[in-house]
Amino acid sequence: MAEPISQVVAAMPRARFVALMALFLGPAVAVYTLFSIYPLIATMGLSTYTTDNAGAYSFVGLSNFVTLLTDSLWSKPFWNAAKNNLIFFAVHMAVQNPIGIVLAGLLSLPGLKLKGLYRTIIFLPTMLSVVIVGFSWNLILSPLWGVAEGALKAVGLGSLFAPWLGLPSTALVTLALISVWQFVGIPLMLIYAALLNIPDELVDAARVDGLGHLRIFLHIKLPLVLPTIGLISVLTFVGNFNAFDLIYSVKGALAGPNFASDILGTFFYRTFFGNQLQLGNPTMGAAVATVMFFIILVGVCLYLFIVQRRLRRYSF
Amino acid sequence: MRMDRAWKRSGIAMIAMIAGLAAAEAGSLKIESWRNDDADIWNSKIIPAFNKHYPDIKVEFAPLAPKEYNAALNARLTGGTAGDIIACRPFDASLDLFNKHQLDSVNDLKGMDNFSDVAKSAWTTDDGKTTFCVPMASVIHGFIYNEDAFKKIGAEPPKTMEEFHAILDKLKADGTYTPIVLGTADQWEAATMGFQNIGPNYWDGEKGRLALIAGKEKFTDPQYVDVFKELATWAPYMGNGYQAQTYPDSQNLFSLGKGAIYPAGSWDISTFRSQAKFPMGAFPPPLPAGDKDCYISDHTDIAMGVNSASKNKEDAKKFLEWLTTPEFATLYANALPGFFPLSKDAVKIDDDLAATMVGWRKDCKSTIRNSYQILSRGTPNLENELWNVSAQVINGAETPEAAGKQLQDGLDKWYKPDMK
Repeated sequence: MAEPISQVVAAMPRARFVALMALFLGPAVAVYTLFSIYPLIATMGLSTYTTDNAGAYSFVGLSNFVTLLTDSLWSKPFWNAAKNNLIFFAVHMAVQNPIGIVLAGLLSLPGLKLKGLYRTIIFLPTMLSVVIVGFSWNLILSPLWGVAEGALKAVGLGSLFAPWLGLPSTALVTLALISVWQFVGIPLMLIYAALLNIPDELVDAARVDGLGHLRIFLHIKLPLVLPTIGLISVLTFVGNFNAFDLIYSVKGALAGPNFASDILGTFFYRTFFGNQLQLGNPTMGAAVATVMFFIILVGVCLYLFIVQRRLRRYSF
Repeated sequence: MRMDRAWKRSGIAMIAMIAGLAAAEAGSLKIESWRNDDADIWNSKIIPAFNKHYPDIKVEFAPLAPKEYNAALNARLTGGTAGDIIACRPFDASLDLFNKHQLDSVNDLKGMDNFSDVAKSAWTTDDGKTTFCVPMASVIHGFIYNEDAFKKIGAEPPKTMEEFHAILDKLKADGTYTPIVLGTADQWEAATMGFQNIGPNYWDGEKGRLALIAGKEKFTDPQYVDVFKELATWAPYMGNGYQAQTYPDSQNLFSLGKGAIYPAGSWDISTFRSQAKFPMGAFPPPLPAGDKDCYISDHTDIAMGVNSASKNKEDAKKFLEWLTTPEFATLYANALPGFFPLSKDAVKIDDDLAATMVGWRKDCKSTIRNSYQILSRGTPNLENELWNVSAQVINGAETPEAAGKQLQDGLDKWYKPDMK
């Protein structure tokens, strides 16, 4: 149902209305076009070219994409990075978002003291630079001088310690968990805000009916914040498939060991900018970036058309 | 969240562009380099020395972190915001810049005859006709050791691999020191300080390197697989959790006096000089059984060229000419012990550790890293592969034979020896 337009706007001459729209939308459209749409289209354009030794560009159509997806020199690292990226995303979905939901549920409990303090502490890592986060965790987990081994030993679990960041079996998950630690504040904040929006009458009614905190949360509050959880999932998806900085700052562009922590972002970086003796290949890099864009686009569309349409919204 | 960052980045890029434009005025020179560790020395010693000859030329040393250098430099050159003088990586990275007309030829520069052809080879076109950067320094590989640790177990610097292993076993049995200070987390350490360090003795230096380029030798040949076999024996002597040990971890472990033998690049000397409190010595890569001639990796590492788009080429050339003088060579070699001048003039080096390492040039034959010239031009990139397999061999995740095969298979995919 469309909202009624304000009387003032409805009474406006058409030209004036258009001018008003241009005034309000213009700056955003201009900035967005210049810094987002234009680079996106330029990148796609670049991905259809190739360069020769002298740096001259020539049009090759879709052949960069064919190489990327069929030549095993390119497709193997590409699918490896895509697979690792999925694992990276899965860890965030399985750990970051549930923890965010639980923490938000706890924070919104009536009668909880020092709410502001908890909120600040949990949100603090999100505001830190990724480089600092990577550096600190590198030190914490270092088998040479990290506190992790000592801390585990203190509780009798010293035998569980391993150089997690250096082993092919654990490097990626460790990095994903570091990222979870850093960004758990974001789902927390969004869900917390959604929980605060739930009218007290609903909760009070449930209490009168004899429900405890846990069941109120599961049966009343959680269904009401489902749209927010959906939104967070999409944000996580987009963020994870664009991720690059943490892995680069901890493991470098070769994302070792043996590319066990290589994700699409680092794969793109190596391709576009090169590494040590590998020269950058801007056109192939643009092709990788374009494929990344389409992966994200497809993921977001799936969510919009399949999940979001079925979510029921309640207005209070 | 992402959006915010993208905005910030583009904002920073804009500011950098504007700042870059403002800096490109006449009478001043901006130097691009990856040696951010050396910024102090440039500002306090080298630039003042240059200004004694040319007081009117204002020189700014604007270094970046090594791993960002190539990417950032390419972006700046393409965007027209790069400095006037460019520090040149050896071989293809710089050759590529020259081919794209982003670096000028330095053939007609006064003083270029101070350098031998070998010194210039890393910055000369494949046909040998044009040199595009002035060679500044090479770095030598070898092993730096903690003299206290050797005294404790009564060891002398090893000459052969057999003696080397005897010392390692003693150090391990003693238990006070980590015998080999090396980590595989950063991968390049394994390849550069491991494979390229001990390798030249196995493949006979330049002979093997050129034979690889000519296609007469392969990475699957015994002399290359043997290097990996040697590396595969190192893990038990390395620090706890070496898989997650990064390069700075290794430097700290050694300079804190907790390690005995550090597979080194000579550039580490200045770091250790300022941090380590114990006496240090150095020995060249020990000889494998049966070998008599020794070879060292004396790798041409850094040079400087003129940005073709510079607005101040005249002053830039004056600066490069000064780089060819013995005055600069002496200054540089002593300000940065471990970077050895490439000019023909004899330079006296005061630091005894650096003097020891450069002294190996007398007894051993010099070579450069075998992955640098020509062989890292294609996909898959040989240098990247070498980092990967060297780390994996030390980690025990790949056999020496499989490592050699992976390198050769990768090379065979694009490299034909006659395509040179």
